[in-house]
Amino acid sequence: MTEDEIKAVLFEEITAVAPDADPAAVPEEADIRDALDLDSMDMLNVVAALHDRLGVEIPEADAPAFFTIAGGVQYLASRLH
Amino acid sequence: MALFKMPSLGADMEAGTLVEWLVGEGETVRRGDIIAVVETQKGAIEIEVFKNGTVSQLLLQPGETVPVGTPMAEIDGGAAGEPAPAAPAPERAARLSAKPAEPERPVATAPPPPRAKAGERVPASPAARRLAAEKGVNLAALKGSGPGGAIVSADVLAAEQPAKLGAAPSRRGLDMDEMRKAIAAAMARSKREIPHYYLQHSIDLEAATTWLAEANAERTPPERLLMAALFVKATALALKQYPEFNGHFVDGRMERSESVHLGVAVAIRGGGLIAPAIHDADTLDVGSLMAALKDVTARMRAGRVRSSELTDPTATFSSLGDRGVEGLWGVIYPPQVALVGFGKVLSRPAVINDQVVPRPQVQVSLSGDHRANDGHRGALLLNAIDKLLQSPEAL
Repeated sequence: MTEDEIKAVLFEEITAVAPDADPAAVPEEADIRDALDLDSMDMLNVVAALHDRLGVEIPEADAPAFFTIAGGVQYLASRLH
Repeated sequence: MALFKMPSLGADMEAGTLVEWLVGEGETVRRGDIIAVVETQKGAIEIEVFKNGTVSQLLLQPGETVPVGTPMAEIDGGAAGEPAPAAPAPERAARLSAKPAEPERPVATAPPPPRAKAGERVPASPAARRLAAEKGVNLAALKGSGPGGAIVSADVLAAEQPAKLGAAPSRRGLDMDEMRKAIAAAMARSKREIPHYYLQHSIDLEAATTWLAEANAERTPPERLLMAALFVKATALALKQYPEFNGHFVDGRMERSESVHLGVAVAIRGGGLIAPAIHDADTLDVGSLMAALKDVTARMRAGRVRSSELTDPTATFSSLGDRGVEGLWGVIYPPQVALVGFGKVLSRPAVINDQVVPRPQVQVSLSGDHRANDGHRGALLLNAIDKLLQSPEAL
């Protein structure tokens, strides 16, 4: 998957958890928990959905990578390649 | 034959609108089945039936708005002695409200209207007063059908254009304006009627944090636990130990509940909240509680609420989560008598063996109803939660 494809998947899963959120409008280095009002349950649901959809192991210690769009894309790219 | 009636789904609910029937005449229903969707201020609620039998007659058409307690359908059969169905949900033998589908106090749950003297306010329920103001109906011109001749919302609606009542409500989803009104009514009633007192306690979470990290290291993301699941379990177990905090205050007295149906406050994105019951929370393991938390959060946000989840909570749990603040002082949801609130888990200086060390800590608070319980026992309740969280493996 290209980084753009990974980003599209990430956006889809964020939007599935928070339908009113627009992840594309958030700066890639911004903390999406603040920018999109995502709580710990939301973040867990996003990571769980990515795990199920992409088959990527995401240890809990690595979950903070997904606090930003850039961090999440980079993490998934490194695991998928 | 039994009548299936418009249930009361909250302290301030006086009427509901049938959105649709999910069963037809002649169909067999079992206790716990969702048979209708009713529109209320809290959105479209899935209404469960509380007896086994056959639907012999549907008495309401979709779109009709009727007061709480109005028969909606006739259900035949389900004679005494019939074996209980294999209920999809845990058996709720000790359900607080013995007949949730047949509320006996649809109006009495509102504060008794003051007797009007000449030139004073017309007796009317707060909901009716609000409705009358919204619709421009003159209360003084109405004849009340409530207790003591008090005007209830149905009287206001009856005085309004009947045609408006026939408007088809939405099938699903949340009306945020209506939810705000429902919250306003319930919280105003709480602050008006309930003499709140508040206690606070700081809990060390070193043991819980360590246990959680180890438990989650072995779990895939969909199986992972949040600290909130431990908080819910500890709160439910403590409420079981201190029953004067678990139940409803009705007709001037506390009715304790054998079961702990913990209402878990779920914030709705964009504003508003609902606190649906996690039934028998004290009996569920933390994995099941986590699954229940995920389930209710997703369903509440999608506007899919079941009637028993609104009527059954025996106490409220509120947690601000990791993006909240240090502490909260909750407003009790009538007719409950207690709310336990958790702030955000923070690393704080603590004195351990005469050394100042950073430890994960949380502030837990109790909002208690002084008509039903006292601060001494409240302190014991919070201490019990503390003690339980020191042995997370046992939760």
